[in-house]
Amino acid sequence: MLKNVAFCLTLFIIAFSCSSEDDQSEEVNSIDPTESLISKNTTQNNESVTISFNREEMLAFWADSIIVPSYKKLTADLAILREQIIELNENATQEKLSVIREKWLLAYKTWQHVEMFNVGKAEEIYFLSHMNVYPVNEDRITTNINLGEYDLENPNNYATQGFPALDFMLYGIGINDDEILEKYQVVDSNHYKYLIDLIDKMISKSTIVYEDWQTFRDEFVASSENTATSSINKLSNDFIYYFEKGLRANKFGIPAGVFSVNKLPNKVEGYYSRSFSKVLALESLDAVKNFFVGNAFENESLIGKSFQAYLSHLNTDANNVGLGDDILSKLALAVEKVNELSDSFVTQINNDNTAMLITYDSIQAVVVLLKVDMLQTLNINVDYADADGD
Amino acid sequence: MNLKTYLENDYTDSSKLAVFRIMFGLLMFYSLARFWSKGWIKTLYIDPKFHFKYFGFDWIQSLGDSTYLLFIICALSSLFIALGLKYRISIIIFFVSFTYIELIDKTTYLNHYYFISILSFLMCFLPANRFYSLDNYLSQTTCEKIPKWTVDSIKLLICIIYFYSGLAKINSDWILKAMPLSMWLPSKYDLPLIGSILQLKWIHYLMSWGGMIYDLAIPFLLINRKTRLIGFILVVIFHLLTKALFPIGMFPYIMIFSAFIFFDSSLHHKIINVINIFLKYIRQSLPKIETIKIIQFKTNRSQYYLKYLLIPFFIFQLLFPFRYMLYPGELFWNEQGYRFSWRVMLIEKKGYTNFKIIDSISKKAFYVENSDFLTAFQEKQMSFQPDFIIEYAHYLGDHFKGQGHKNIQVFADSYVGLNGRSSKRFIDNKVDLYKKNESFKHKKWVLPLNDEIKGF
Repeated sequence: MLKNVAFCLTLFIIAFSCSSEDDQSEEVNSIDPTESLISKNTTQNNESVTISFNREEMLAFWADSIIVPSYKKLTADLAILREQIIELNENATQEKLSVIREKWLLAYKTWQHVEMFNVGKAEEIYFLSHMNVYPVNEDRITTNINLGEYDLENPNNYATQGFPALDFMLYGIGINDDEILEKYQVVDSNHYKYLIDLIDKMISKSTIVYEDWQTFRDEFVASSENTATSSINKLSNDFIYYFEKGLRANKFGIPAGVFSVNKLPNKVEGYYSRSFSKVLALESLDAVKNFFVGNAFENESLIGKSFQAYLSHLNTDANNVGLGDDILSKLALAVEKVNELSDSFVTQINNDNTAMLITYDSIQAVVVLLKVDMLQTLNINVDYADADGD
Repeated sequence: MNLKTYLENDYTDSSKLAVFRIMFGLLMFYSLARFWSKGWIKTLYIDPKFHFKYFGFDWIQSLGDSTYLLFIICALSSLFIALGLKYRISIIIFFVSFTYIELIDKTTYLNHYYFISILSFLMCFLPANRFYSLDNYLSQTTCEKIPKWTVDSIKLLICIIYFYSGLAKINSDWILKAMPLSMWLPSKYDLPLIGSILQLKWIHYLMSWGGMIYDLAIPFLLINRKTRLIGFILVVIFHLLTKALFPIGMFPYIMIFSAFIFFDSSLHHKIINVINIFLKYIRQSLPKIETIKIIQFKTNRSQYYLKYLLIPFFIFQLLFPFRYMLYPGELFWNEQGYRFSWRVMLIEKKGYTNFKIIDSISKKAFYVENSDFLTAFQEKQMSFQPDFIIEYAHYLGDHFKGQGHKNIQVFADSYVGLNGRSSKRFIDNKVDLYKKNESFKHKKWVLPLNDEIKGF
């Protein structure tokens, strides 16, 4: 017993001396020009400066360089899309339709960068539900169009609006483009009115969220504590939730039949346009990677503090030192798998669902790292586990 | 010293148990009210469609909305205990109702709930109403002395808890890696004053070692008259610190107030005097205490032998935490023998476990959405505990069988991370869990950790 204690003490001392070396290496890292730019409260105590991670800086980077610019781009993209849609009313030509489709896809791709930020106003006004609920409810859309009267605020109408509904209106209301254009040939047709109502609703919702960020930004950045409702924790939860549900389940798992006895290809994202499900999924994976690494939205080469830096700060001496790199390499593997799929997931699922399932598994491997290793490392207070601990 | 003379002829002041009884009753009442006010009766006991059962206790069912009634009964009995009114029946009702609540769902298992259960069981045997209780008015008798073993048994239980939780901390993760405190403490960066020092590595080691030495030493500090005051001050500091750092509810207060039992009777009389000041007006309306006859402590024949039941009770308490030695593999990983052993705050464990339902003939398969069946809290607890996983697998199998699915097999896709180690596969995904049953036997379908955590 005594021997054991002596052994333990020795090891303790060794461990202790190792850890002070870690502190020194951190000190080197923190001599970083960006540090002094943003950190407002410079502490006199050197020790706590070297060892602490500037969370406000991370939140400010998220807000100023990723979230707000992507919302800005989204509202701009939607405005461009609207201009084209308006012209369709008097000029329902194949060319116009093609331009509208192109602008729709651009905005939809931008949306992939925004969907994960379900905080602040976005959460309050159910932004996501107004923008990207799929599959759409075709019958209900048809009824809405025929009646010419509908309340897009009604939750029952979530599956009749947003990008998926535009997808239906631009690709799905006829068996070919002539038949689709026919619906818009009459000026102020019900179809046209529905289309314009959809884009107006999307613009108004996006604008509300974007404009709210002008004031919400400071509150967001200041909320760096560790509580169930603080910015870091909410966004970390949102990020992981998005990856698991919005990306893994919605884009891959559900249509591939992972959660059902049979495969469900009609549940892919961008079902009616057929050929964009892969583009959208890749865009979404790219958005996830950028946010994780901390690539600025408008200039990917500008790298700020985000999860990767945060994890390597927290993991300096745990066994899980390379977690950030592990996540990125698993993510890269998943992207590789997605790249092998055909442009249309509908085709892919119908012809070779096994490849789809293999891709799903490679995405699932990332979920494990996010939900177990990353959550464990972040040690954030999650809102759901509401009970006393031991 | 002869055990028989100790049990029969050694006496101590009855105020100690009286004060303990009052504190216990009031704390329990407050705990239950707090539990209710947080809405946990609904979220933990009524909302879930399915409850995880302790092995052998499947017959304990959730009472649905009547669970509120159960809490009312339990809370009322704790008030009766504090008042010392119909004490014996009250403490039995408290023990039964509290334990029933705990047995409804093991998702909510906490060591301190187990402590309350066994403490209230022990108190069923103790004459805690012989002094300063309303029962004194009913019987018109009171005792100044009670057998010493009655007070000592509570002390022994508290000492076991401290010492065993200290022993459990002597393991390589805790003392050599300062795990899991190294993961937990830095996340308290937002605490005023101490937030920044909690980032320091040596603080994690200091607190790990300090916590271990504290737990091992406290019983001796409290028992020894000379060190008692220091011990008590340490108890207060330690528990208030843990209260500030971790979401551990009422436990710190329960432990702080329990420590009073170690003090001399002079302190207990002082406490009673303080209570008297508060109760001045109520006491004026009661008959004069002087009219109550002071008698010698006596037990009737049936109660006389009852106390010998406590010998096997304590032998059980001493041995049960070591049952993990009967199982191969890493205790923190497979958790065979982990509960009811005073292993507190030892592991940071997170899991991610999904279930695949397969038709063994047609090979058609699908994954289950856990949130369709479990609350978020249940899912979290299920994800890293093998006995939860097997129970849930059977529930799922039965559920889908009831829906008309045939040839059902249930496989788990499970990953767990322990004390900062990278996540790894937890359950053998080639094993059909629907064919395995829960038992006290070693669970071979839990994959090994492939890492050894040395120690108790």
